[in-house]
Amino acid sequence: MKPAAFDYIRADSAQETVSLLARHGEDAKVLAGGQSLMAMLNIRLAQPAMLVDISRCQDLDYVRVENGHLAVGAAATQASVETRATLASEVPLLALALPWISHFQIRNRGTVCGSVAHADPSAELPLCLTALQGEVVLRSQSGRRVLKADDFFQGMLMTAVRPGEIVEEVRFPLQQQGARYAFQEVSMRHGDFAIVALAAVVSDSAIELTVGGVADRPARKRWARISGDDLDTALNDFAWELEAQSDGHASAEYRRHLVRQLGRQLIQKAGT
Amino acid sequence: MKHYEKNIEYPVTITLNGVTRSAPAEARMLLSDFLRHKLGATGTHVGCEHGICGACTVRVDGVAQRSCMQLAVQADGRRVDTVEGLNHGAGAELGDLQAAFKRHHALQCGFCTAGILMSCSHFLERVPAPSEQQVRDMLSGHLCRCTGYTNIVNAVLDVAAQRQAAIIGSTQHA
Repeated sequence: MKPAAFDYIRADSAQETVSLLARHGEDAKVLAGGQSLMAMLNIRLAQPAMLVDISRCQDLDYVRVENGHLAVGAAATQASVETRATLASEVPLLALALPWISHFQIRNRGTVCGSVAHADPSAELPLCLTALQGEVVLRSQSGRRVLKADDFFQGMLMTAVRPGEIVEEVRFPLQQQGARYAFQEVSMRHGDFAIVALAAVVSDSAIELTVGGVADRPARKRWARISGDDLDTALNDFAWELEAQSDGHASAEYRRHLVRQLGRQLIQKAGT
Repeated sequence: MKHYEKNIEYPVTITLNGVTRSAPAEARMLLSDFLRHKLGATGTHVGCEHGICGACTVRVDGVAQRSCMQLAVQADGRRVDTVEGLNHGAGAELGDLQAAFKRHHALQCGFCTAGILMSCSHFLERVPAPSEQQVRDMLSGHLCRCTGYTNIVNAVLDVAAQRQAAIIGSTQHA
């Protein structure tokens, strides 16, 4: 199908974008890479009156290290982060997770901030941001506010973005001393939406496991360095806490099974 | 800032395979439809229109991406390369990718082929000497219902090897 008619405005800067959003309110929808939004427009799941295209905002097209995190601007593509030569030493979890996002051709246009703003429960980038306890910078005409990932994601496709705000930047904390990372995902075919996706962060004193694709948003759990039966019990409790649902892709039982089995594999992988 | 009002056509200009082309388009027109219906460049095929099948893949400013997942107005001023630009010069001689696809029987009905060729042409620039696994990963963004992919993988690896050999050959002669 084809999109319903809309007004289209090509913004040249972040400032111009937020002033347009202030003027047009909830009629306006931000378009960046469009790799989720264009599909929704084509099948008319979304029919906004106006699109504000930020993909040519030079001041939003950046990936840089500052203040202990990797900052990614709203116009930066997933490919621009994936192909960054220093990524594996800066944010190892991102280097592990990015190749799992959809396909080469989609990552070439899809943006990091766009995926975070879309907040699909099975998406890799919200999962990584939650696992690393990163931050989201929201900007409106009246200023900026910075939210922790846990406060930003509020449910399936639901975030703390208010009318008039854009996700201006997301911040992934740099590799922590002594921390080791692992990522794993199960889907029907590589590049499909994840049935279950997991990220493990293991340090000398703690284990953290974050799970996507099961609850309505990524869920993170932290334990001491437990192992054996204690770890199995903890993983089983976590799997049940997520309140997995059955759908056309997988049963709730299978999702709990994956959380337990892959969770243990991943923690062992990261911990050795 | 530029404002395109709905239901009104505005001129959109792209450099299509090296030639400047212009036509009027509404803001809601997809790049894929602009190429086919406004510019008559029907080499780019349209399958699913939601980013799954990969048939409509083109290169925008050199980068392989779906032409059904962006608007024509977003490509205004950009360079767009499609399958029509892959042959050598203006003649009918096939480019090395196309020739390898023919040699390896890497297509049957050909519907998916135009998009796959455009992905491959960008991919081999980014990854000049790929492993089979890397080629298969890149191809996961395309659906082909005829070939089972094996011959496509063989064709891409063959082109990569040929190009690498040509580079080594030219350095040895130099």
